[in-house]
Amino acid sequence: MSDNSLRLVWIYPDLLSTYGDQGNALVVERRARQRRLDVQRLDVRSDQQIPTSGDIYLIGGGEDRPQRLAAERLRRDGGLNRAVANGAIVFSVCAGYQILGHEFINDLGEREQGLGLLDVVSTRGEGERCVGDVLADIDPELNLPPLTGFENHQGVTHLGQTARPFAKVRFGKGNGVGDGYEGAWNDTVFGTYMHGPVMARNPHIADLLIKLALDVNALPPVNDHWYEALRQERIAAATQPA
Amino acid sequence: MAGNTDPLSPRAKLAVTAGRAAAAASRAVGRGSGSVIGGKVALRLDPDLLARLAQHLDVVLVSATNGKTTTTRLIAEALRASGPVVSNALGANMPAGITSALAGGSDAKYGVIEVDEKYLAGVARDVTPKAIALLNLSRDQLDRAAETRMLAEKWREGLAGSKALVVANADDPLIVWAASSSANVVWVAAGQEWKDDAWSCPSCGGVMQRPGDDWFCGECGFRRPTPSWALSGDHVLDPHGSAWPIKLQLPGRANKANATTSAAVAAAFGVPPQVALERMYEVQAVAGRYDVVSFMDRELRLLLAKNPAGWLETFSLIDPPPTPVILSVNARGADGTDTSWLWDVDYTRLAGHPIFVIGDRKLDLAVRLEVAGLDFQVCENVDEAVRKAPPGRIEVIANYTAFQDLRRRVGN
Ligand SMILES: [Zn+2]
Repeated sequence: MSDNSLRLVWIYPDLLSTYGDQGNALVVERRARQRRLDVQRLDVRSDQQIPTSGDIYLIGGGEDRPQRLAAERLRRDGGLNRAVANGAIVFSVCAGYQILGHEFINDLGEREQGLGLLDVVSTRGEGERCVGDVLADIDPELNLPPLTGFENHQGVTHLGQTARPFAKVRFGKGNGVGDGYEGAWNDTVFGTYMHGPVMARNPHIADLLIKLALDVNALPPVNDHWYEALRQERIAAATQPA
Repeated sequence: MAGNTDPLSPRAKLAVTAGRAAAAASRAVGRGSGSVIGGKVALRLDPDLLARLAQHLDVVLVSATNGKTTTTRLIAEALRASGPVVSNALGANMPAGITSALAGGSDAKYGVIEVDEKYLAGVARDVTPKAIALLNLSRDQLDRAAETRMLAEKWREGLAGSKALVVANADDPLIVWAASSSANVVWVAAGQEWKDDAWSCPSCGGVMQRPGDDWFCGECGFRRPTPSWALSGDHVLDPHGSAWPIKLQLPGRANKANATTSAAVAAAFGVPPQVALERMYEVQAVAGRYDVVSFMDRELRLLLAKNPAGWLETFSLIDPPPTPVILSVNARGADGTDTSWLWDVDYTRLAGHPIFVIGDRKLDLAVRLEVAGLDFQVCENVDEAVRKAPPGRIEVIANYTAFQDLRRRVGN
């Protein structure tokens, strides 16, 4: 991270941009610019190399086959692992979250190797698909207000020793294991099942990533009026199911 | 062929009568047009009814993510040049609604039928269509519908044995993938503004290359077929290279594309492009869409946009700034309950328009527009939005149930 510029990398929009998660890139970009940072956003297609010099990498959800293709190409590329080794921050959603783990079940029903950046293993749930509004409490260490999001997944994710639960669910399913956990994180790598997109409903997560990238403890405030209004509405919706 | 020489069997006749009675009862108690309820009763009495009703008709099926209701209407108008048509003009596009529509057309020569994407393969099996028009496939209602490529795959399997003439959009790789299992395809260059669901080769998963209007997969050789019909500006180019002017009352590039496909279908039934296109001019609005209504002494144009591809096509047809725009989004069952798709729509295209936001999910839209850096006002309802809108005709863009709410309120 050099002085006032922030390099934001959006991974594989051709494969993993099916559920509106590019909104996360838009929110991070917008909130960084509102803090007068010079943002360089790089959308990297799956036939291009992943740059290793990014500050923040975002990876979204997608359908089962594109998920397998993305995992194959990211493994072959190796750039994301190198970037993380250099201290880069990664935030991943749904299919992207599973790819960051050790393995997941692909569209052919086989175990597919992930990138091993998060100590998690994903399988396919036997029960009903998890769909709906979620309310959860984020790991207190991250010092963030409650998490609101929309989940839509069949996957179930088990956390290993070095992955911490990103949040504890109050309403909704989250990782789907039954332990009430949602998402996972370690020092600089985050994973969640939340769409919405998650940053639109939780702009403080976008700010957290920016702070980690800048290595600062605080950012100048911005006007959060509409975000807050949306948060209140969705939190109410999650707690009063139809 | 067609004609009505084969009478319906007594059982089928009974089913049609029972269905009509149920529809009438449904209308009488004020539960909508009654077409779906009538069809359900009829199907329960005779599961083969759909096939039986269709065997007297030359059937055209129309399916797509966007534009199927309009295209069904355009094809129906064009074919009326050659004989009576029965059609599910109000968009009841699942088997029960289709059955109900066909039951109402005992004198028809043609059945022009809009089919929900998920039911196309099954309906195509039941009704032995003469022609099938396939327009586009893109993401839509993701929390409940099948994945887009899986849908194309199902079409591909379902159409493999069909003898129908398939009239398909050569510019949509998913449509080409779905149609190319058919023996008999007419390719139409109908264009495709939305490209974000076809960057990945449906055949091998390779990255699609899309130079200009062309597309191909660099890995397996799957590529755009050579079209025999094309939309070129305001004209339809037929297979002989003749250009026929499109004069539609319906606005926008997407409807010119729909007219081009419709002309190609009509030609397959012997209706020349000139005749077909002239008849299409008569269509003013389709199930309320594109309708201009008066409300609170203002003119409102009602536009339906259900998914990212639909919003993109709609932005390209609205009047330029400073025309005021009202946006309304709901997320009820029929809309899909996830609003994440709003972030796949490029709202910066509305820059310069005064924007007013309404609907159940106005706050999702407000955050979306705030992040896009646009000025907007959130209003309680359409009345307040219209009151606040600066002078001029107002463009109102709404998704499915928001559009229905709107039509109820503005009296259309
Ligand atoms: Zn290919």
